[in-house]
Amino acid sequence: MIHISKRKEMPLWQSLSIRLAAIVVALIVCGIITTTMTGLNPLEVYASMVKGAFGSPRKVWILLQELALLLCVSVALTPAFRMRFWNLGGEGQILVGCLASAACMIAIGDKLPNPLLIFIMLLWSLAAGALWAVIPAYFKARWNTNETLFTLMMNYVATQLVAYFVIVWEVPKGSGNIGIINQTTEAGWFAQIAGNKYLLNILLVAALTVAMYIYLNYSKHGYEISVVGESVNTARYVGIKVERVILRTLLLSGAICGFAGLLLVAGTNHTLTTTLAGGRGFTAVMVTWLAKFNPLVMIASSLLLVFMGNGAAEISTAFALNQSFGDILTGIILFFIIGSEFFITYKLSFSSHDKQTNQATLATTAMKEA
Amino acid sequence: MFDIVSFIPRAVAQGIPLLFGSTGEIITEKSGNLNLGIPGVMYVGGICGVIGSFLYERSLGNPNLINPVLGILIPLVSCLVGSLIMGLLYCFLTVTLRANQNVTGLAMTTFGVGFGNFFGGSLIKLTGAEVPSIALSATSKLFRTTLPFAHTTGPVGGIFFSYGFLAYVAIILAFVASFVLKRTRTGLHLRAVGEDPAAADAVGIDITRYKYLATCLGCMVAGLGGLYYVMDYANGVWSNDAFGDRGWLAIALVIFTIWRPNISVFASILFGGLYILYLFIPTGENLAVKEIYKMLPYVVTIIVLVFSSLRNKRENQPPESLGLPYFREDR
Repeated sequence: MIHISKRKEMPLWQSLSIRLAAIVVALIVCGIITTTMTGLNPLEVYASMVKGAFGSPRKVWILLQELALLLCVSVALTPAFRMRFWNLGGEGQILVGCLASAACMIAIGDKLPNPLLIFIMLLWSLAAGALWAVIPAYFKARWNTNETLFTLMMNYVATQLVAYFVIVWEVPKGSGNIGIINQTTEAGWFAQIAGNKYLLNILLVAALTVAMYIYLNYSKHGYEISVVGESVNTARYVGIKVERVILRTLLLSGAICGFAGLLLVAGTNHTLTTTLAGGRGFTAVMVTWLAKFNPLVMIASSLLLVFMGNGAAEISTAFALNQSFGDILTGIILFFIIGSEFFITYKLSFSSHDKQTNQATLATTAMKEA
Repeated sequence: MFDIVSFIPRAVAQGIPLLFGSTGEIITEKSGNLNLGIPGVMYVGGICGVIGSFLYERSLGNPNLINPVLGILIPLVSCLVGSLIMGLLYCFLTVTLRANQNVTGLAMTTFGVGFGNFFGGSLIKLTGAEVPSIALSATSKLFRTTLPFAHTTGPVGGIFFSYGFLAYVAIILAFVASFVLKRTRTGLHLRAVGEDPAAADAVGIDITRYKYLATCLGCMVAGLGGLYYVMDYANGVWSNDAFGDRGWLAIALVIFTIWRPNISVFASILFGGLYILYLFIPTGENLAVKEIYKMLPYVVTIIVLVFSSLRNKRENQPPESLGLPYFREDR
């Protein structure tokens, strides 16, 4: 007989080593799959992935910048997830943030000084992201509408909204895309720090991550979020206004997603497309969960996923493999990590069948005697 | 002038993959599993069918020698096996290992879409075939075979009989699923598992078995949607990412039909219609408006979701334990 029971708590080193073991096993399995499917030497494939991610200073900067963007979205989703509010609408909230920033750049790009313009872009992108998240939150708080499905649908509404404006603003007409916004004036673009295009993004997200960690762990709001997440009834009993906490938290969550949109438009891409969010809203769900909703651990889990993504780009050029091979490897690694969580949360104890029946007979005889 | 006779068959053709997907997801969700991996499963179903029939057509040399029975069975079985493996994986992680369903589902979608696009893009290279693209016209012809009188009976034939056999399979499956869920003991047990697993467990229903069976079956049904899309709708031509967001639309459809496969038969055709409505509505020079029309299925779904929670009728709610893992000792 195998008996499964919940663990009280596991020492950090033990849970980390279980996760590490899961990744190692996953890499071995990925290696076997790589060889059987493509006939390549898996070690060479891994080596080129590492090269693709860390191979040159430029590649490291790209990695860091991708890491910053993914981390930003993950940090955004965290307060909602801690509250057990499954915000799967990150993708849409980023997109409306992008849309708001791009709209400002196009509409008032050459009329205002740059710092003021960026400030207005910031306000609008935060507002747009917050709006996109607070609509499902309102219905969740008021009528308990299923938030997973609602936020999911909001993604596609946002995508089509962006598609609409892409055609409205397309340059030149009929091309179906906007191109680089304000290419000559660079109005609304983030300034370069020390000649580096990505540094500002990275610094902003680093500050945001630390701030979120403090907010969640050392503030009254953070405490209320945890209580609502653990048990809505307990929260009501101790006098927390659950509806208000849901709305407030989702305003924050959506606003940070909108901020990620600003980083994408003003910081890196300077354009607007329907795929600008690049699935980060979904990837961030996995990042957050892998980190057990701890913003600092998310640095590690988003590094893992960004590394897989950038590494996959390299193998696709080095071995003429399809880019999607990276998705397969990412998927397999995720399955292993997801599976390994079981051994962290639960304890397996093996007992022989005889012992159990013995205990059962003992119990029944004891009952008869009584 | 709105051309209804050519609109309806195209709406149906768009709707069938959604119908497979939503029927599969409804069966799954009734067991309390919210499988967000359905988009991935549909990709896997499609590509497995493609791999099966690609290898078969290649082994023949001349595609015209295709054996009709094998030509249909091989992709069908490969598709079902592929989707079944995805279903087993999902169940193993969420039921046996009690992992978070949202995360597992999203990981499955990443994996499934990647799997589809990888083989779609590399199948030719991996097998060393000398063809420019994956075009399984011979197999597709079998899947697209319609009843002989479809093209001689005018508009009636066009609207009702002009589809390949998988379209009718989808409709029959939806009605059967609806009947089983509503009128049989198995269906009652399954719904009990999805509503309150602890109570179901207490009356002796095997929770694990029901969850595994429902989810795997659901995945197999959904996988057929991918197969239909490639073999019938796309004429056997696989192009990467062509399947698009249909998987998510299928999940939307589950909410829209408030967890009823029989309604899904009509709703999926409606969604299919909404999906291509922009092609039929004269917008003149203004192409941007078409993008707004494409928003319709999702907006309609949100409205239904909101209204069903507003009215708060018990029979219109999502299964009570949807998305939650069940652990007997967790009280």
